[in-house]
Amino acid sequence: MAESILKIENFTMHYMTKAGEVSAVDNVSLEIRKGESLGLVGESGCGKTSLAISIMKLLPENAVIKGGHIYFDGTDLVPLSEDEMRRFRWRRISMIFQAAMNSLNPVYRVSDQIIEAMETHFGNIDYSEAREKVANLFRLVGLDPKFMDQYPHEYSGGMRQRAVIAMALACEPDLIIADEPTTALDVIVQDNILRELKALQEKLGTTMIYISHDIAVIAEVSHRIGIMYAGKLVELADAEEIFHHPIHPYTAGLMSAFPSIIGPKRELVTIPGEPPDLLNPPSGCRFHPRCQYATEICREKEPEFKDYGSGHMASCWNPLEG
Amino acid sequence: MSETLVRVENLCKYFPLTRGLFRRASLFVHAVDDINFTIKRGESLGLVGESGSGKTTTGKLLVRLLEPTSGRILMKVDGEEVDISTLKGESLKRFRRHVQMIFQDPYESLNPRFTVFDTVAEPLVVQGIGNVLEREERVAQMLALVGLTPPSSFLFRFPHELSGGQRQRVAIARALIIEPSFVVADEPTSMLDVSIRTGIMYLMLDLAERLGVTYLYITHDLAVARYMSSRLAVMYLGKIVEMGEMEEVLQKPLHPYTRALISAVPIPDPRYKRPIPEIKGAISEPINPPPTCRFLDRCLQAAKICQDSPHPPLEDKGGGHYVACYMV
Amino acid sequence: MEEKTKVITKPKVEVILEEEERKRLKEMPLWRVRLYLTWREIRNNWRLFSENKIGLVGLGIIIFYAIMAIAHPILMKWVWDPNIYDPIVGYSYDEVLQPAPPSFRHLLGTDPLGRDVLSQLMYSTRSEFALGILAAIITVTIGTTVGAVAAYFGGIIDTLLMRLADLIIMLPFVTILIVLSALFKMNLIILAIVIGILSGFGGTGIVIKSQALTIKVRAYIEAAKVSGGSNWHIIFRHIIPNLMPLSFLYMMFSVTSAIFSEAVLSFFGLLNIRMSWGLMIHTAQTAGYLLNPKTWWLIVPAGLSITLLCSAFYLVGRALDEIVNPRLRKR
Repeated sequence: MAESILKIENFTMHYMTKAGEVSAVDNVSLEIRKGESLGLVGESGCGKTSLAISIMKLLPENAVIKGGHIYFDGTDLVPLSEDEMRRFRWRRISMIFQAAMNSLNPVYRVSDQIIEAMETHFGNIDYSEAREKVANLFRLVGLDPKFMDQYPHEYSGGMRQRAVIAMALACEPDLIIADEPTTALDVIVQDNILRELKALQEKLGTTMIYISHDIAVIAEVSHRIGIMYAGKLVELADAEEIFHHPIHPYTAGLMSAFPSIIGPKRELVTIPGEPPDLLNPPSGCRFHPRCQYATEICREKEPEFKDYGSGHMASCWNPLEG
Repeated sequence: MSETLVRVENLCKYFPLTRGLFRRASLFVHAVDDINFTIKRGESLGLVGESGSGKTTTGKLLVRLLEPTSGRILMKVDGEEVDISTLKGESLKRFRRHVQMIFQDPYESLNPRFTVFDTVAEPLVVQGIGNVLEREERVAQMLALVGLTPPSSFLFRFPHELSGGQRQRVAIARALIIEPSFVVADEPTSMLDVSIRTGIMYLMLDLAERLGVTYLYITHDLAVARYMSSRLAVMYLGKIVEMGEMEEVLQKPLHPYTRALISAVPIPDPRYKRPIPEIKGAISEPINPPPTCRFLDRCLQAAKICQDSPHPPLEDKGGGHYVACYMV
Repeated sequence: MEEKTKVITKPKVEVILEEEERKRLKEMPLWRVRLYLTWREIRNNWRLFSENKIGLVGLGIIIFYAIMAIAHPILMKWVWDPNIYDPIVGYSYDEVLQPAPPSFRHLLGTDPLGRDVLSQLMYSTRSEFALGILAAIITVTIGTTVGAVAAYFGGIIDTLLMRLADLIIMLPFVTILIVLSALFKMNLIILAIVIGILSGFGGTGIVIKSQALTIKVRAYIEAAKVSGGSNWHIIFRHIIPNLMPLSFLYMMFSVTSAIFSEAVLSFFGLLNIRMSWGLMIHTAQTAGYLLNPKTWWLIVPAGLSITLLCSAFYLVGRALDEIVNPRLRKR
């Protein structure tokens, strides 16, 4: 068993807005082992992106960490200062943002941008060595190095996304957080990139966190999957377990809400209601207003996040059988 | 109920790429290039493709937001078959009563300064139907029909006070209030959360059955298309490359692009191992394309005949399963 | 995937409206609802506006001058002796030397012709407001229509309107006004119309057009077209209402420009008016008291008022800018 590289313990983060305090991430605990890939699934507002930027400590001004720890390779990142955090950010943990292809600077050549990223975090490096590295990175992500010196607008969407992945890999991080890395791409390009990310991960042994609302994508790339709802982690288990033996009703609802092109055409399940307002989240279990199994206790007390056997964690008062 | 409602013949839409103010355009984007299909009354045709395939342009042509460069679009209007591609003025306005569109972005498709009532009543106002009281009643009925109950609490809300799913319901109410016979739905669920999506999908299917509406459902998501439509047409770079009954095309895809597309779709089941899509290269833009098969540079099965002949015609290979490929 | 969960119900849908609903609908006549919604919008906007100190300062100054304008006829009727205090034909008999410095009877002194300066100041305020607002309304009406039409129709209409705007912008504004006043004598109303036309077809039109271009491509415009909306329906029901915040904003800047232009023209004595702040300074200048610090009351009150009122509208405009712009980007 590989050791754990990221351990989040009871982490809570709120956003301070004019309208009040938004409970974006509430008491989340999870652990990732080295070389593993964790998929975080949830709908908009569930807190998955908030959790990701909390790990990177790239929080906006109005974000406040209310408690908990984020242990990266033994060091708690939560109390670190900006300067101390810089040792970790981009060097040991890097992130691919949503619609990352728009985060390439249009006035610089792609190769220069990657070299700049490397310089910022490795200090001065020999220019020709750096270029050699960029060429290797390009080959790694499936880009022809001859495009190295072009500008971002000369690349297609898929190429830009790969360039951003190359940039995230440039500093050889131990952990990469990919937030919706393929959402804006066509399905054939997406397939290509997902395959490459998987191959890369196996080759380099990088630990990965994939964040997406698309459980089909998550199913393909993750070893373990965490389901988030309204700022809480409601279930966490191996990929197969989540799909075939879900414990939390929301997980089950989510699985059944996705149409599939293979297999018989079964009826789709609708989860009634809407995701809750995090300014004033529901009492007790946050999913209870939409849950068909809700009982009195679900309204009153928050269920414990506990282990149901072989690392399958969930928090529910009325877990599904099987 | 099996009469043809929509018939598209040799439909083309080319967009010029101008270079300079007075220079004549010599480069054209062949967004939609000579497509043919029919839709029967009461059925739902799923139009699927990636970016640049021309599916959105096709949808806009069918509702006359764009005028075709050439070709005909024939629709059964009041029992008669009318070529809507050349309508103008009053007859164009009258035609609009029969065809409506549901847009992709629930945030953008509603005027932020209009109340829900204003938005849903607009088609009635524009078409001069009913007086103010009658419209109010009709809008309230429509809101109840799309699941926005009680209607009186939604009538005078603004879009920013509604969630994405609610806005899309308003958009559906607006599209259906003048009782069109044909609706073009352009990716109506792709910008919605998953748990909301199924609600909207069911609503559309339910209303299609109840109000007898025929759909053209445009999407990039094959899985969604499977649920919403009974027939499927696959587009690539402006051409329809395969068309047929949904389950037939999904189980036995004949065109190499369709096969690649199907094998590229991620499956929500970790046990399932997908085959690697048999395709090379990347999508290009159909700018002044050569007369050969559009898929030639990406096809792993291309043979000499593909390089020497023009783009293959869409042919029935049996049982209403059409393919445009020489290798089938 | 095995069926482990019970199927959650499909959304319930009803067609018939219940009696309760019908009754509720009858109790809300359309016009009353719209009135309420407008009132609510004004109240929300006021709350946003009042958070901005700059805007409140500007508004305060405007209110101050508005009170002055209202107070003047009251004072004239009940407090002041019109023979002495009339701003145009009054004469202060009790002073020997004109222009007289400020005293209890004449709080801001008198001008070279013996007329009370404070009375003049207050009397002019009315016409300054009238001029500013009239010019602003004309500017914005023309500018919004030009912008919307140019953006929506494009092509030759757009080119013509934009080239016209370029032409107007090219020429220095105040200079044109001076030249025009040489051709025909302008009073305040004519001046307001001229300023309105020039600004409307000039810069304002261009700014509003670029905003209109962003509105034109929105999906709800396409939806309106698909419903069968004519071009004019779309322009007047969709595009122009969404331009209103921006138009209102530019109205503020137009007022500033109008008041200032009037001041300059009056200073040169080019306007056919009987009293205005600019004219007060002109009077001082022609009598030779312009640069004399001993007769400061002839210049300072008028000059300060011009500056203050212009700045006030500008500040309100800036505060509105902060409301208008993020709102236009809000989802």
